Amino acid sequence: MGSLVLENIRKSFGQVEVLKGIDLEVSDGEFVIFVGPSGCGKSTLLRVIAGLEDATAGAISIDGDAVGHLPPSKRGIAMVFQTYALYPHLSVRNNMALGMKQAGQPADQIAERVAAASKMLSLEEYLERYPAELSGGQRQRVAIGRAVVRNPQLFLFDEPLSNLDAALRVNTRLEIARLHRELGATMIYVTHDQVEAMTLADKIVVLNNGVVEQIGSPMELYNSPANMFVAGFIGSPQMNFIAAERIGRSDAKTVGIRPEHISVDRESGTWAGNVLHAEHLGADTILYMETEAAGLLTVRLFGEHKFNAGDRLYATPDEARIFGFDDAGRSISG
Amino acid sequence: MAKATHSLTRSFAAHAILAAYTVIALFPVVVIIINSFKSRKAIFRSPLSLPDRDSFSLIGYETVLAQGDFFLYFQNSLIVTVVSLFFVLLFGAMAAFALSEYRFRGNTLMGLYLALGIMIPIRLGTVAILKLMVASGLVNTLTALILVYTAQGLPLAIFILSEFMRQLSADLKDAGRIDGLSEYRIFLRLVLPLVRPAMATVAVFTMIPIWNDLWFPLILAPAEETKTITLGAQVFIGQFVTNWNAVLSALSLAILPVLVLYVIFSRQLIRGITAGAVK
Ligand SMILES: Nc1ncnc2c1ncn2[C@@H]1O[C@H](COP(=O)(O)OP(=O)(O)O)[C@@H](O)[C@H]1O
Ligand SMILES: [Mg+2]
Repeated sequence: MGSLVLENIRKSFGQVEVLKGIDLEVSDGEFVIFVGPSGCGKSTLLRVIAGLEDATAGAISIDGDAVGHLPPSKRGIAMVFQTYALYPHLSVRNNMALGMKQAGQPADQIAERVAAASKMLSLEEYLERYPAELSGGQRQRVAIGRAVVRNPQLFLFDEPLSNLDAALRVNTRLEIARLHRELGATMIYVTHDQVEAMTLADKIVVLNNGVVEQIGSPMELYNSPANMFVAGFIGSPQMNFIAAERIGRSDAKTVGIRPEHISVDRESGTWAGNVLHAEHLGADTILYMETEAAGLLTVRLFGEHKFNAGDRLYATPDEARIFGFDDAGRSISG
Repeated sequence: MAKATHSLTRSFAAHAILAAYTVIALFPVVVIIINSFKSRKAIFRSPLSLPDRDSFSLIGYETVLAQGDFFLYFQNSLIVTVVSLFFVLLFGAMAAFALSEYRFRGNTLMGLYLALGIMIPIRLGTVAILKLMVASGLVNTLTALILVYTAQGLPLAIFILSEFMRQLSADLKDAGRIDGLSEYRIFLRLVLPLVRPAMATVAVFTMIPIWNDLWFPLILAPAEETKTITLGAQVFIGQFVTNWNAVLSALSLAILPVLVLYVIFSRQLIRGITAGAVK
């Protein structure tokens, strides 16, 4: 009941083409995340799906029906904005009820849905308050509640957590994940934060510069990135990229190895180098090494290690986990 | 310590300047009001002294009120000001919304065109306006004044309001669209309440020149039944004799309505500022 198909969506603002032909299929009940650097067109794509912007070309269908000509309120969607966008002059209850009232639903049904949504999001105490009297986290819950009340086929979230502090962000993330399980609705979620993407998504769409770089499950993107952009964007710390000829390989232009797939030893190994800086995080230790053969490498070790800046170490990559990329940055499957 | 003294001096200086300005601004008004309660002789003998038992006289007010037309003039002024103000705010806000909210070809050009009137005084067009009014048979009607004042007030209103509206959260309007509000409702229910302080500012700036204007009433609507208060007060100013008591009383009375409107708007202004916008 909440599937979405995008066919060759293009969007230009004046001369600037922001979306350059996006194709996507989302099946019912899926949690899909659009991720990509700032300015790559994620919000624009979401707004095109919502009907807040008209696509310059292409077709959108929700649940099998073409919706390109419908206004946002008729598309069966609800949207949660980064800035909450609550109506400042309405109480929490009326903020949540406005959409249904506008659609002319009976009052008892509205009351029922508002009650259910506020229970789900623990907002019962705040129903009579105004947005100005709520904290940031509460406001965002109200915004989510307002979306839930509309009972949409498709939820759209535009960076809903980026105005919250770190602790609240984790809580709200869990809450959104729970909401997805309970409602079983299709959700599309935009973020520039790859951790959010990896933790929430069934399917991640990596966007860059208005084109889709890759679509896949979090582990597919992690284990078989289609190109250097995806390889570098997914995973933290970022993958190390090394010019292949520096380390004597001829089967690729560039090779990539993730920091967590490099081991170190004081006695022997593939690449010798000095530690420039060590970050001790408790669960992880991150080393930045300058090696003679491979240049600057980031290494991620699990647990605590007694390495410090200035130590001389040998780094050894896990051969099975090395990625090769061709001249155009595309992955060489091997 | 040096810093505290410094800021004390500074705040003293600021207050002194503001107080001096207040005195200068209020002085003529106070002189008008105190003299309106004095007899003619007392006005000329010592214009700055307060009315006492000897000099106190209501003759000016009696003359003004006895002149039956005075209420009509008052009513005319009020109608012209309030109706023009209403149209300026309504059309100004609508145009500002269109300019700030929608992308269309020539948007910037249209904005500049509409703001041009701030720099070009409408009085330069008096002759053309008069011809227009004669041709359309609107001379000596309040409608003529209302049309002219609406045109006069719009440029500044559009300029100020569109600046304010550009700063409103775009997400808020989009949330309204998703909830199914029409563009009119978004304008009336979401945007207008949020730009209320700006509307109050525009209202004050628009209202005072209209209320005080002598030029257009004299040219476009000098007939007895369409005279405004400023024009009406001129009957007491003769070429040879001027009834100063009546003139001063009429002016004092003319301050009242505009003061009431000002208080209403400034309360809106302060409420808007203190309520604080919600992001
Ligand atoms: N209304 C608009 N007019 C002109 N350019 C826009 C508009 N909205 C977005 N853009 C441009 O489109 C690009 C993508 O924007 P956006 O979709 O907001 O990026 P993201 O959400 O991925 O950070 C940006 O370069 C931005 O400047
Ligand atoms: Mg964005």
